[in-house]
Amino acid sequence: MSNLRIIPRLDIKGKNLIKGVQLEGLRVMGDPNEFALRYYEAGADELVFMDIVASLYGRNNLSDIISRAADQVFIPITVGGGIRSTDDARHILRSGADKVAINTAAVARPALISEIAHHFGSQAMVLSIEAKQVAPGRWEVFTDNGRERTGLDVLEWAVQGVSLGAGEILLTSVDREGTRKGFDVDLIRKVSDAVTVPVIASGGMGTLDHFVAAATTGRADAVSMAHVLHYKTLALGEIRARALSEGLGVRQI
Amino acid sequence: MTTSRSVTLLDYGMCNMLNVARAFERAGADLKVTDDPRDAAVADRLVVPGVGAFADSMVEVTRRGHGDAIRAFAETGRPLFGICVGMQILFEGSEEFGDSPGLGVIAGRVMAVPAQTTAGVPQRVPHIGWNELLIPPSRNTWDGTIMQSHVSKAPAVYFVHSFVPHPADPRDRLADFDYGGHRLCAAIKRDNITATQFHPERSGDVGLALLGSFIGS
Repeated sequence: MSNLRIIPRLDIKGKNLIKGVQLEGLRVMGDPNEFALRYYEAGADELVFMDIVASLYGRNNLSDIISRAADQVFIPITVGGGIRSTDDARHILRSGADKVAINTAAVARPALISEIAHHFGSQAMVLSIEAKQVAPGRWEVFTDNGRERTGLDVLEWAVQGVSLGAGEILLTSVDREGTRKGFDVDLIRKVSDAVTVPVIASGGMGTLDHFVAAATTGRADAVSMAHVLHYKTLALGEIRARALSEGLGVRQI
Repeated sequence: MTTSRSVTLLDYGMCNMLNVARAFERAGADLKVTDDPRDAAVADRLVVPGVGAFADSMVEVTRRGHGDAIRAFAETGRPLFGICVGMQILFEGSEEFGDSPGLGVIAGRVMAVPAQTTAGVPQRVPHIGWNELLIPPSRNTWDGTIMQSHVSKAPAVYFVHSFVPHPADPRDRLADFDYGGHRLCAAIKRDNITATQFHPERSGDVGLALLGSFIGS
């Protein structure tokens, strides 16, 4: 297999990097481009930008942030939030993104997955899934940053999304996001086993042990984290070193 | 060999074109982006980028008259560089979507990334991520190639693809990578032609160093 990827996630509101803390709301962290450059220089394997408000008014801010990031950062960039059409996707890709991550619009109209995969290739079409546990061993797809139920089963939706052309899955646990209590490893494992494309685990990383669990028990192909990096609780080098000490293949810097 | 740092980047509507341009500029190129095949004919160095599907790319390349321009440029002896699908279309054809003909500049075909490891365990396709480059058995050194000097030990570079070229002549292989026990082609070099299946423009400092070597060639 490929090396396990370590992917800092930057949630954006307007011009700012923000961090959502479950039940507490949002906190402004600063200039997303400063964080992006710092993570690139520290050896991040990719970056994910998520526009968490995704209002029509804020779109120029987002493409400006992506364009500036692409001038400085020479690793893959995935961008999500508010992408509703192939034209939206083209605009974001032209700004400097390598892939678009789509949740709400794909649930509303699954054919969008195929359209984007057809126009830009499956490798550019990341299916973003926000999952919330609704029963033991059962998760439901949510949209609009975990606010809206869809009635869709996560595993069925993941399989369908891949059959429609998604080349990768960004899997976020709504229950764990912002808690630093660890990934929903059971969820990651179930999705990972159900699909043939790579799975990025997101939501809940607080310690190095959490990282290891997502990769080993969860079988994630990539692990995304935000809080621990933004607050400098952990450094990318530490995560990489721990992965190596566990015998997990990661890129050597 | 020329003393200029001039690089001409062929635009055929691929979305990653701007990021390839940014990376060449960061690597020190005096960059020109063009969709005019006549510019390609007079280029000091020509870069064919690419991402996405083989057949779509060939349609665009052909429609814009780039196919003949790339073939003719390959004959000049001046440095030619292909990236990802820009590498794949140099081959004779691809099995993506049935059977699609390529430019035939390099002998060999483009085939699916194996969906199973050599031990028969299912593995991820598309292949996405960082893999170490290996010296192919057919050559014992990277001296005299873009891999020289900047790349002392096995560096990891970024791949994202579902298909991979299989050069007919093993001497064309410049670098390999391992995916589930399969030794696949990561880069080729034949005379003035260099091309990579991975994305140097997305491979951090290692990738920028490779582009810098190409600019110096």
